Amino acid sequence: MHVLKLVTKNLLRHKLRTFLTILGLAFAVFAFGFLRTIVTAWYYGVEASSTSRLITRHAVSFIYPLPLSYRDQIEKIPGITSVSYAYWFQGVYKDNSFDNFFPRFAIDAETFLEIYPEYVVPYEQLEIFKKERNSCVVGKKIMEKYGWKLGDVIPIEGDIFPGRWDFVIRGVYQGRDKTADETQMFFQWSYLEEQLKQRTPYRSGQVGWYAIKIANANDAAAISENVDALFINSSAKTKTETEKAFQQSFVSLSSAILTSLEVISYVIIGIILLVLANTIIMSARERIREYAVLKTLGFTSGHIIGLVAGESLIIAAIGGCLGIAFTFPMAAAVAASFPTMFPVFSVDLSTIVLAMTFSLLVGVLAAIFPAVRAARIKIVDGLRQIG
Amino acid sequence: MAEAIVQVHNVTKIYKRDKLEIPVLQNITIDVPEGEFLALMGPSGSGKTTLLNLIAGIDRPNSGSIVIAGTDISTLRESALAKWRSRHVGFVFQFYNLLPVLTAYENVELPLLLTHLSKKEKREHVEMVLNVVGLSDRMKHYPKQLSGGQEQRVAIARAIVTDPTIIVADEPTGDLDKKSADEILLLMERLNTEFKKTIVMVTHDPRAAEKAHKVRHLEKGDLLEN
Ligand SMILES: Nc1ncnc2c1ncn2[C@@H]1O[C@H](COP(=O)(O)OP(=O)(O)OP(=O)(O)O)[C@@H](O)[C@H]1O
Ligand SMILES: [Mg+2]
Repeated sequence: MHVLKLVTKNLLRHKLRTFLTILGLAFAVFAFGFLRTIVTAWYYGVEASSTSRLITRHAVSFIYPLPLSYRDQIEKIPGITSVSYAYWFQGVYKDNSFDNFFPRFAIDAETFLEIYPEYVVPYEQLEIFKKERNSCVVGKKIMEKYGWKLGDVIPIEGDIFPGRWDFVIRGVYQGRDKTADETQMFFQWSYLEEQLKQRTPYRSGQVGWYAIKIANANDAAAISENVDALFINSSAKTKTETEKAFQQSFVSLSSAILTSLEVISYVIIGIILLVLANTIIMSARERIREYAVLKTLGFTSGHIIGLVAGESLIIAAIGGCLGIAFTFPMAAAVAASFPTMFPVFSVDLSTIVLAMTFSLLVGVLAAIFPAVRAARIKIVDGLRQIG
Repeated sequence: MAEAIVQVHNVTKIYKRDKLEIPVLQNITIDVPEGEFLALMGPSGSGKTTLLNLIAGIDRPNSGSIVIAGTDISTLRESALAKWRSRHVGFVFQFYNLLPVLTAYENVELPLLLTHLSKKEKREHVEMVLNVVGLSDRMKHYPKQLSGGQEQRVAIARAIVTDPTIIVADEPTGDLDKKSADEILLLMERLNTEFKKTIVMVTHDPRAAEKAHKVRHLEKGDLLEN
């Protein structure tokens, strides 16, 4: 027999109480892990974005277009490797439901995907895409979600650009790494331009934003200033920043929600600390007399602390592992049910580490008070305890 | 005569409850020679348990010295005292105080966890003492599956498994019927005669005291001379 055996035997003393405490911990850790997964999924877009790419948009708002003519001027600035552009198209696929939303935009077929190497399109598909006017490339995730095949036509009802638009799927892109968003649809800007010239000529010759690849990420600030300086006297002034900063400005819209989620996740940890502490305090109080007996036999205060803390830590570790284990199928279920809501929805390693760390920390904290009290009690007083 | 194995000299014990000071033992001096079987008697509240606890090193005197087998335990620090207890004292309680989650075997093995004995040696020791107390067939039983007398025999096995210098027993028959009490007393007597153990036993039971070589009476914190 080992002292550890006494810990496990003590754990099984009130099976229901131990079980419920472990379950409580598991649920709390699960909730913590799940909330953190939502938060990290939200931030993935920011993480995936590059600091060696700049985005130039209208200084007033993202919704105002910029003239296509800016491109040649921007390209001349030293330090810039290439310039591409895109235009937010939006539109409605099937219906207006959130479930059927995925980003759709017009891109410069020649350059855009070169600047975004994280979207990998097979070479032959890319060549066809570049040649065929109304073709499009879609992300693997939405391809699978809707069961599309190459050659299928996706009808989109325009909203920003009214009318009906049909796009033929000629390519599927895959994310180079797991942070890449596989839920977008790209089609040719020149097709949009051609159509706009017929439908609404005054809206032609415009782009939504410029995507700029720079040679050295350290020059981002200087180059951004140079770009904006070019158009300071134009009617359409620009705002240039790194893609990361650009993405962050989107995330910050929902940062209040994210902050609440984070706060809640920590509150949950706090609550479970109280629950576990309560269980351990109860157990330790019931056993004061036994601890006094153990001390009489020659066991030290250290042993007693070990017994109390060991019990707490085992409960915390089992609860923590169970909770983390629950998180995976839940995350998978969410990812499967809302594939387009979050481009990446998987349990991050940092979430697992954090959840386990907090579990063990809760185990330690919950044990401190009862363990120290049990260790401090005088043998003669402990032996007088009825129980 | 050889030096006494237990030497209690001028020991005073005062309990403080709130601001009230309760003098329990006053200037007690008592020597117990090796191999002695001593019974401590006296009315309730006279300080018998207190004196026994001091000898066993689970409580400390306010003044005076307690020297057991050459060690002045009143000067030992907490951890050293714990170590000393594990080597030198076997304690038998009135209410057995077995751990309910452990089997008879495991309860007896408990004090051996603090030793460096091998697994095999531990098993031999435990089996040997359970044999001495006549419970070889109850090793796997839990305390609640045993009678009071059997529980106390397991407790005695636990007290002797480390081969301690002295055995202290606080009313070991106090909670038992006559037959079980007789068995326990017989066992105590055997430990003294067969295994040459020095025993200090507190008791209210005159029949228990009869088994002892010597009986001392405590009265209001004073040891009476016989
Ligand atoms: N931990 C303590 N705190 C305060 N007072 C105590 C404590 N232990 C014992 N006393 C007091 O010391 C006195 C002697 O107690 P003790 O337990 O030694 O008596 P006893 O002779 O063993 O009595 P009994 O025969 O009833 O067991 C009693 O008045 C008791 O109330
Ligand atoms: Mg007593």
